[in-house]
Amino acid sequence: MTATANGQRALLEMRDISKTFGASKALSQVSLTVHPGEVHALMGENGAGKSTLMKILSGAYTADPGGLVLIDGETVTLGDPLKAKAYGIAVIYQELSLAPNLTVAQNMFLGNEPSRFGLADRAEMRRRAEPILKQLGIGFDSSRRVAELSLGERQMVEIARALTTKARIIVMDEPTTSLTSRETDRLFDVIARLKADGIAIIYISHRMEEIYQLSDRVSVLRDGAYVGTLDRGDLSASKLVSMMVGRDLSSFYKKEHRQVGSERAAVLSVKNIGDGNKVHDCSFEVRAGEVLGIAGLVGSGRTELARLVYGADHRTSGDLVLNGKPLAINSPRDALDAGIAYLTEDRKVLGLFLDMSISDNINIGVLSADAKAGGVRDFARARERAVHAVKSLSIRTAGTQINVGALSGGNQQKVLLARLLETKPKAIILDEPTRGVDVGAKSEIYRIIDELAQNGIAIVVISSDLPEILGIADRVLVMREGRIAGEVTGSAEAPIGQEAIMALATGSAGHAA
Amino acid sequence: MTASETEQVRMDKLKLRSTLTALGMLPVLVLLAIGFHVLSGRFLSVNNLSIVMQQASINTVLAAGMTFVILTGGIDLSVGSILAASAMIAVIVSLVPDLGMLGIPAAIAAGLACGFLNGAIIAWLKLPPFIVTLGSLTAIRGVARLLGGDTTVFNPDLPFDFIGNGSLFGVPWLAVIAIATIIVSWFILKRTVLGTWIYAVGGNSEAARLTGIKVPLVLLFVYSMSGLLSGLGGAMSAARLYAANGLQLGQAYELDAIAAVILGGTSFVGGVGSIWGTLIGALIIAVLSNGLILVGVSDIWQYIIKGLVIIVAVGLDRYRLKGLGRT
Repeated sequence: MTATANGQRALLEMRDISKTFGASKALSQVSLTVHPGEVHALMGENGAGKSTLMKILSGAYTADPGGLVLIDGETVTLGDPLKAKAYGIAVIYQELSLAPNLTVAQNMFLGNEPSRFGLADRAEMRRRAEPILKQLGIGFDSSRRVAELSLGERQMVEIARALTTKARIIVMDEPTTSLTSRETDRLFDVIARLKADGIAIIYISHRMEEIYQLSDRVSVLRDGAYVGTLDRGDLSASKLVSMMVGRDLSSFYKKEHRQVGSERAAVLSVKNIGDGNKVHDCSFEVRAGEVLGIAGLVGSGRTELARLVYGADHRTSGDLVLNGKPLAINSPRDALDAGIAYLTEDRKVLGLFLDMSISDNINIGVLSADAKAGGVRDFARARERAVHAVKSLSIRTAGTQINVGALSGGNQQKVLLARLLETKPKAIILDEPTRGVDVGAKSEIYRIIDELAQNGIAIVVISSDLPEILGIADRVLVMREGRIAGEVTGSAEAPIGQEAIMALATGSAGHAA
Repeated sequence: MTASETEQVRMDKLKLRSTLTALGMLPVLVLLAIGFHVLSGRFLSVNNLSIVMQQASINTVLAAGMTFVILTGGIDLSVGSILAASAMIAVIVSLVPDLGMLGIPAAIAAGLACGFLNGAIIAWLKLPPFIVTLGSLTAIRGVARLLGGDTTVFNPDLPFDFIGNGSLFGVPWLAVIAIATIIVSWFILKRTVLGTWIYAVGGNSEAARLTGIKVPLVLLFVYSMSGLLSGLGGAMSAARLYAANGLQLGQAYELDAIAAVILGGTSFVGGVGSIWGTLIGALIIAVLSNGLILVGVSDIWQYIIKGLVIIVAVGLDRYRLKGLGRT
């Protein structure tokens, strides 16, 4: 069943919504119309106001006076989360909000338990949970503990929870960030079922592919203002990108470094490395000035491989060679000393010191190298390095002494890049370098990677974003189940195809076109 | 162009916030001092302030060590016991003819050894600091009793008694030592590479490891430092009393030290805080004890009021900072 949005009465209408925090305007007269049974994508760079708008919709924030919210054509005041819920608005958060020790059914009715004599009625809960799970086409039992479920399955539970409260508008904020591609497909099935039941989905994502695949209409916000809405038929990447950044991006992926051939010697060689658990017998080489991509599904062992090379985890087998010399790497310190640097995939949890300044975050890896006698810090040198890095990586900030936590995701990522470049690495491994980063910052990060390659650094890029990896890498290794499933090489004339990579990643080489 | 305006507002907010954070509990300290003066009429006399400084000094030294530990996200419950054991050693060594002055280095070395042991177990065996130092709190208390055969050791001719009862240019030696400790701590925390590493480990220990910081060495340092300063506290305590008792000395001192650190605005999960805050926290506790006595509040009520003031002060502080931060 296909639901055409046009011509139907709007389910939700937000008109002239503004929101100010102190003296700063987060949203300025934004309007959004959502029809029943439509997937309405909301796009924009980080900080464009998507989250603020959705927080107003879910009642977490109160909008400034002057705007209107209509549901089924009637004006409503949202104001607090309970009211929004009563109007059928549900939000599936990025950070899943389930209690892992409880069962699926208990989670679905959390805070809303059917009760008998003041006691939670488990049988009734299960009786009501089953049809909802069936409606979503979910295979698992409602008595399973959430802790046993995968991330994708947990997300299904979140959606099922939204349906227990008769949600009619479901907001999904970057729902596929941590899903495998199979789980993503599952999610898309569920979204199709929800659509068929007349439920409207407001879908926030940075991934163009998903937007193409799912959305009936796309609305774009920029700097807190509404830019426009495109119908499915009018969608194109260049149009969306230029709406989001306010200018045309003629070449999004930058690849000016010369593709190096096998005549150049390898900078970093990894031989038969493994951890006896998630990585088995992986070997690869990366040359000076080369960008080597590592693709694969989530869970295929890409991050684990990178961490083994960097000495962050214990390896049980394998050797590392840098510029012909064997290395004994048993800790990140050893790797850095040898000239190997690693950019983590999870910048908040594993990368940044959020309570420290931008300058300290950039300098933290070279403090002892710069120190004066007696381990006293050289603040002048640190400032120099920070100011230089801010300029050369165009980190947008009012100063280098500000807490790094105050920066946007893209600028935080550049701070981490600056940190690892300060160690003057010969080889760098970038794990999902553009995850959670807006379009403008993405293209800048691609430019930085390209420049590093031109300067002769050997670069390994791990990414789940196939167009990205195809756009910037010279060669692509594909991992599957902890092993390197194969290598794909392209040239300017015959670029690498996505199909070849997916075939290796899923192990379905025979089915590839 | 509103973007630069919003940026400006945000910067102003950040500035205001950092000023307030730096100021911390200073207003509370000033208000308490004025309040007690109004109530008792003699709080703000030179003589009484000198007494307050003496009373604050040992806790300040312990709290300085505790600041290092809490900045890494840890805790050291054993400082009171280490103080007791070190004080015993200080007095016992001071009784050795001609070598009595060695009591001070002996006490400091004993404290350092205890702290090193705590740190080694926490850093290399990766056991939780709360459990490890809870164990050493009990074990070292036992050692302290053992040292004197479970009796009080005296030395009426203590060679370093000037520390406990003398003064330098009118400032009590105890206070001089406490201030010196604070300055040295400030230097380590804010001016050295190690200091930045301490903040980094407390802020995000896994990220610290991935940036090549040797996290175990940092942990070993902070617990050693806490132990060393507890040893120094032991020497100070012995010098003041001419005696030490393994059972009674330093009981519950760890609680006052922790309270001073927390009052000073240091985050209990690590990564945020300053040594100046700790100094103010220690002074608040001393002012409360002294002021309540001057005003004539009974011993029992002193406990109740002190506890409540700590909770309310920290509560206000957190509330105030929260209201400013918006992201």
